[in-house]
Amino acid sequence: MSQLKPLLLVENLGISTVQDPRTLINDVTFEIHAGEAVGVVGESGSGKTLTSLSILGLLPRGVAVTAGSVNYNGMNLTTASPQQIRELRGSAISMVYQDPMTALNPVMKIGKQLLEVIESHEKLDANSDQRVRDALKEVGIPDVARAMQSYPHEFSGGMRQRVMIAMALLLSPKLLIADEPTTALDVTIQQQILSLVAEQRQKRNMSMLWITHDLGVVANLVDRLIVMYAGRIVESGTVKEIFTNPQHPYTAGLLSSLPTTADKSRKRLTSIAGVPQKPWLVGQSCAFAPRCFKVQPECRTQIPHLVGNLEKSVACFHPMGAL
Amino acid sequence: MRRKDKIVKGGLHYYLQSTSGIIGAILLLFMVVASLCAAFGWLPHNPLDQNVDEVLKGPSGKYWFGTDQFGRDIFSRTFDGMRRSLTISIVAVSIATLVGVTLGILGGYLGKWFDLLITRLSDAVFAFPAILLALAIVSSLGNSWVDTALSIAIVYTPIFIRVARGPVLTAKEMDYIKVSRILGYSSPRILIKHILPNVTAPIVVQIALSLSWAILTESGLSFLGLGTQPPDASLGLMVADAQSLAAFAWWTLAFPSLFITIVVVGLNLVGDGLRDAMDPARRNS
Repeated sequence: MSQLKPLLLVENLGISTVQDPRTLINDVTFEIHAGEAVGVVGESGSGKTLTSLSILGLLPRGVAVTAGSVNYNGMNLTTASPQQIRELRGSAISMVYQDPMTALNPVMKIGKQLLEVIESHEKLDANSDQRVRDALKEVGIPDVARAMQSYPHEFSGGMRQRVMIAMALLLSPKLLIADEPTTALDVTIQQQILSLVAEQRQKRNMSMLWITHDLGVVANLVDRLIVMYAGRIVESGTVKEIFTNPQHPYTAGLLSSLPTTADKSRKRLTSIAGVPQKPWLVGQSCAFAPRCFKVQPECRTQIPHLVGNLEKSVACFHPMGAL
Repeated sequence: MRRKDKIVKGGLHYYLQSTSGIIGAILLLFMVVASLCAAFGWLPHNPLDQNVDEVLKGPSGKYWFGTDQFGRDIFSRTFDGMRRSLTISIVAVSIATLVGVTLGILGGYLGKWFDLLITRLSDAVFAFPAILLALAIVSSLGNSWVDTALSIAIVYTPIFIRVARGPVLTAKEMDYIKVSRILGYSSPRILIKHILPNVTAPIVVQIALSLSWAILTESGLSFLGLGTQPPDASLGLMVADAQSLAAFAWWTLAFPSLFITIVVVGLNLVGDGLRDAMDPARRNS
């Protein structure tokens, strides 16, 4: 891939609770280059949301980065001052929130909410109103003048998510983080939002980190995929590689549990036996070992590390091998 | 087009859509006008003038609400008493709101030791019955109306701390506040422009309700002989004086009591109306 310095470089990131230390994320390393879209896939509790929050410096109270670093454009965000990170948030790095129904201030008009984004990073000027109008128009809001005078409760979920996207894109961020922004929406609206984001990303040559538990959603949206399990990256690579040639048994299991329209056999969907491990209970072993059908003795005594390159890496002693 | 009209008309328009709001507003208007009349001395008689020839006369064309045991005009005294009671309540509630809301919002937002300190302090104040604490404070401060207002303010401040702090705790965890942080808004901006407007509704309602309670507290203090001192008139003092007369001169008790009721009910209705008008989601229904 590109030899340029990555826009975002996360190195050996570890996150754990402050009191009664429990590891939540361990040794997470990945990079996002300019204009590249990366998807993070994992079950609930696999640490995908914490990873994204650590990039924004907004880890919940009682949780802290304990190892590694997050570098944005050469700046170490784990050591930067809160003020420095705040200036990046919303302008250089922005995020679309999961649930559009509750993510807008209920007592502030839409237009005012967008102006807030500008005002908190720049001075408002005569142009600001027009910028807000353009931003709303760009995400497909009809009757922009009226929308600006409306309160959030007058909008549907899909429309609110469009407004959220307009807010996130208003200051032309270089990196957009999206934390399952379509989970709360109807399937048809989901598709509209996905194509809207894809279109905007293309147009702005923006980097993107898309967090989801749904492999089907990200397949057409991102260039590379990261698969997380119990606070670690188990596999990463290009979408094509992951989908056609999964190496980690977990990834293979995830893919085989996806329903396809091609399969008309009406078989039950395959599922992975067992439940995900809590990251802090894993210890010196592969976290997936208890559920793995290829498990060997060393899987239970050693931690497999991520080995490979940008196109393909896997953390497994006994990968699936070529199909 | 109709939509646009609605937007231009703004808050007052929504307020006047609720029946209780309209009635409350009419009563409030009456109180303000009556108090202004009293303040400018536009009353049929001087509230302090005694007349031994006309003691305990019933309502008549000359004395609309009758006279008391010193021959003073009850109509003029009621209006003047209401003015005094309202002034004390408004000053007391203003102080309590300003101090209580500031402390409550800061406590809720900052948390940690600061929050612990102010919640414990307000618990300590809450441990005493309001009237008892007000009694203790006013008897150590003095009997001027400023002292009375101050003692009521001290007693009411913790109520505002609680009313402001609770919603801030809730609002702080709301998604839209998280989004405000994600989009890089500064803490003062989040606090003033995003949290405060979302907690104003309960605070405004609390102000209206506290005003009516403060009227009652002031009446209570005057009734007990602290607060307003004779010969000045106060609604509570008039009720206290009328106690022994009510059996044969009902007007001495009825009119001051009626005015206490009007003030308390009126302010409560205003509170209800404001609550409905300040919720954008409730408005359109």
